[in-house]
Amino acid sequence: MTAVDARPEQTNEIGRDRRRKEDARLITGRTRWTDNINLPGMLHLAMVRSPFAHARITGIDTSAAEDSEGVVTVLAAKDFDESLGVCINAWPITPDQKTPAHPPIAIDRVTFAGEIVAIVAARSAAAARDAAELVEVDYEELPAVVSLEEAVKDEVLAHPDLGTNKSALWVFDSAQAGTGGNVDEAIASAKSDGIVIERTYRQQRLIPAFMEPRSVVCDPTGEQITVWSATQIPHILRFAFAATTGVPESKIRVIAPDVGGGFGGKLQQTPEEMIVFAMARRLGKPVKYTETRSESLLSAHHGRDQIQKLTLSATKDGQVTGLKVELDANLGAYVAIVGGGVPVLGAFMFNAIYKFPAYQFNCQTVLTNTTWTDAYRGAGRPEATYAIERLMDELAAEVGVDPLEIREKNWIKHEEFPFTTIAGLTYDSGNYEAATAKAKEMFGYDALRAEQAERRANNDPVQLGIGISTFTEMCGLAPSRVLGSLDYGAGGWEHAQVRLTPTGKVEVITGASAHGQGHETAFSQIVADRLGVPFEDVEVLHGDTQIAAKGYDTYGSRSLVVGGEALVRAADKVLEKAKPIAAHLLEASVDDMEFTGGRWTVRGTDQGMSIGELSTAVFAAHNLPDGVEANLDSEATFDPENFNFPHGTHLCAMEVDTETGQVKMRKYVCCDDIGNIINPLIVAGQVHGGLVQGIAQALWEDAVYDDAGTLVSGSFVDYLLPTAADTISFEIDHTTSPATTNTLGTKGVGEAGTIASTPAVVNAVVDAIRPLGINDIEMPCTPERVWRAINSAQKGA
Amino acid sequence: MIPASFDYVAPTTVEEALAALAQYGDEAKIIAGGQSLLPVLRMRLNAPEWVIDLGRIDSLKGVRDEGASILIGAMTRHCDVATDPLVAEHATLVARATATVADEQVRHRGTFGGALAHADPAGDLGAPALALDAEFVIAGPAGERVVPGSEFFQGLFETAVSEDELLVGVRIPKHTGWTAHYEKFVRVAHQWPICAVGATLKVSGGVIEGAAIGLTNMGATPLRAAGVEAALVGQQATEEVVRNAAALAADGAEPPSDLNGDADYRRHLVMVLTRRAITKALGG
Repeated sequence: MTAVDARPEQTNEIGRDRRRKEDARLITGRTRWTDNINLPGMLHLAMVRSPFAHARITGIDTSAAEDSEGVVTVLAAKDFDESLGVCINAWPITPDQKTPAHPPIAIDRVTFAGEIVAIVAARSAAAARDAAELVEVDYEELPAVVSLEEAVKDEVLAHPDLGTNKSALWVFDSAQAGTGGNVDEAIASAKSDGIVIERTYRQQRLIPAFMEPRSVVCDPTGEQITVWSATQIPHILRFAFAATTGVPESKIRVIAPDVGGGFGGKLQQTPEEMIVFAMARRLGKPVKYTETRSESLLSAHHGRDQIQKLTLSATKDGQVTGLKVELDANLGAYVAIVGGGVPVLGAFMFNAIYKFPAYQFNCQTVLTNTTWTDAYRGAGRPEATYAIERLMDELAAEVGVDPLEIREKNWIKHEEFPFTTIAGLTYDSGNYEAATAKAKEMFGYDALRAEQAERRANNDPVQLGIGISTFTEMCGLAPSRVLGSLDYGAGGWEHAQVRLTPTGKVEVITGASAHGQGHETAFSQIVADRLGVPFEDVEVLHGDTQIAAKGYDTYGSRSLVVGGEALVRAADKVLEKAKPIAAHLLEASVDDMEFTGGRWTVRGTDQGMSIGELSTAVFAAHNLPDGVEANLDSEATFDPENFNFPHGTHLCAMEVDTETGQVKMRKYVCCDDIGNIINPLIVAGQVHGGLVQGIAQALWEDAVYDDAGTLVSGSFVDYLLPTAADTISFEIDHTTSPATTNTLGTKGVGEAGTIASTPAVVNAVVDAIRPLGINDIEMPCTPERVWRAINSAQKGA
Repeated sequence: MIPASFDYVAPTTVEEALAALAQYGDEAKIIAGGQSLLPVLRMRLNAPEWVIDLGRIDSLKGVRDEGASILIGAMTRHCDVATDPLVAEHATLVARATATVADEQVRHRGTFGGALAHADPAGDLGAPALALDAEFVIAGPAGERVVPGSEFFQGLFETAVSEDELLVGVRIPKHTGWTAHYEKFVRVAHQWPICAVGATLKVSGGVIEGAAIGLTNMGATPLRAAGVEAALVGQQATEEVVRNAAALAADGAEPPSDLNGDADYRRHLVMVLTRRAITKALGG
């Protein structure tokens, strides 16, 4: 073992419940949110948006708006040239994908309700909003296609010029890939001697509903064009501006200041960002646009919206022999930056923790006249996990055994890791037996099953159901080579820098871009331990392309497992650079140096120097070894070789009021295996928040369009977001199978709760009323849906 | 969410408020807390030229004992109604329902009179007020007049208050010794009720001497379940009596259909909720 590989002996920080450094400013709001930025002479934009889902624009009269007080100019698409840029799809999933051009401002046709048709620039946000009401747009309505069921028929076209609504068909077949057998043969064989389960599940459309609405400021008046945006992806955004507007990348600086949540919803290159950029350049003044909450719900990208047609085959005793997935995914009106790729991520997750001998995944992406869809917390993995975890419950019911038993019969045993799945991924570590055993004990599984039996026997009006989700997921996006093989238009590495100041403080620069996750705290803990410096002496800088010049930002539970590893490597390089300097100053041989207790010491003596002391000595540079540069700063870029596979067992008990259909959570327990934990408090926050978001899909949230393509659930009156009042206290714990693919042995946790909880809840609801002959409730499981299912089952009985 | 610009006046007396109403007429909207008006303004569903804020009229705040009844000032905030000892003792159902309005923040701004004058059929206070035979005190150019609940609620967002008038208070006959429960059915806590039932009862020696049942969101206005009340009064407070009475709850109701439920579901729901409200009011 080399000295550099040695960890500080006193690892005081990793594993510690540190309160988050960033919370005081985030919670009080006394910080730099994009909308708080005000620059001299700044102009404000308001957008004129289409009320129609599909219409031809036959005229735009801006005269009244132009005459309105405080208005500088009112513009439409015709007023711009190609320097406005376009919104790009960075992940064409097939070479023949149909990708409608996506101009930031509609040219002669609008294709969803909420699309921008004109822009007002004024001296105040209020004046801009007032004038926007005065812009008169004449529309000739066209037939709109809204639902997936209608869109796949190709009778009404979202983009008539494309000739079809079908954008791309992406297929994985285990027989063709050589990872397994032929699924159709498996199903045929099970039909004659086995079990075949066919189900169709709907993943309803969801709205990310981040707390801070999107906001963009662009200042073109300096040497560079500076953009502040409430985005998850400042680096990708900078690239997109350069790639589509012709402005050299070196002339663009993008800053994501403190950002109030994203959940994937701010992983986008938006029309609004392109418009603000273009308007600032055109007017030569700083420009700001902050969306209203209504605009946010209407036009920021949505998530989910899939129909999953599933066929599972098994032996009579419940050994799965094959799974066939036929998926339709609603893209909305345009293919968003990774919109087509989100459902494709599911291709690798339908087999989940199980050993399937045959598997086929068919994903048809479909265009409709609705708001575009893209990543939303979990992005493709929640949908897949839901489907398979629901199916395992259905299989257990068919075989007549406990759903945990059917899972254990099919899952990968802990001694089988590393395990290469039928979808072609290699899971590096995991222990499903351990997580399940712990969760069962925490839950009081047997006692709750006994209570369930009693309630059934007594015909209790309130029935009890138990739902299980033994999830895994692929995160830590992503190995660049794998992304390349999937035709994704970028890489997946992360970059980090560690800088030492003359007074011995440490500046950490990361290419990850936090928007609520707590990077500043967790990364400080890592570096404090690695370099032996106090937690308080570490400052984490991020979200500014001028400070963190390289990076791939934050999404896909990647920051710690990819960005954290880059940071470890950068910190280790600092130690390596410090070693000969320490030896020189201590007048010892390099071979006698060891890093211990946070100091470089001379082995067998109490002589040593801390990184802080060495930093000061390097700053003065009075006495450095010959040929050694006066600089300890280091950087590293880490490209993972594999994804990262957290897993866990989630158990949920739901009470179902059979008289009203109301469902109520009784107990929720989870035991997640996310490898080694840097900060248990942050992990608990991620798990709790993630659980609520997943539970919300199961029970509450639903973005509903009417047949004309109007978003009916366009405010929080109708789009039901839960609050703390709607949840119970969750019981969470962990087992630990360290990841083998990063030094710290960590796994991602940002999306785990969301991915796991949705099927656990719905499984519990269905389990409660299964004796009535009910085997599904469509999400969200509203009281009315549950009541109607019970009511019609009772009538049929 | 920027409202269209408007002028603002904040009178300190009812007379000043009436004068402002007389002056600005249909170009004015009254703000009594903002629970409903602010979203309407911010979403630009309405753009009044004037907003008349009643928040500085101290005489409209608080609860008064008037002997046989209590008078709740129109500008008494929900949080104050919910914790007022007079309301708790003499109009328990109002206290119970008010405690469920929206969320803590809204209850610290929204007012009793503001909510009633807005007359949203999904509002929590109309049905209890109606059930308790509340009288609505309305001030206008010609002085004060008093209308019963049956006349006050005239339709969806429509009341007996004319454009030149103000609701200044609500007088509720004392229902001292009546037990009460407000059974509210929501999917998430801060939501408008899908359906709710307010029940308040006077029981003596096991016999129901008085029953008042109000229904929320079962039609264009708050409703009173007269059939249920009639089936309860004079009867022993048994499970069977309650069950049979509750089965009449949907009679005459014309509930809406929306994202949270179709009318037939609400008609079913109201029977279950009525039974539960009565049972809980009875201490069950």
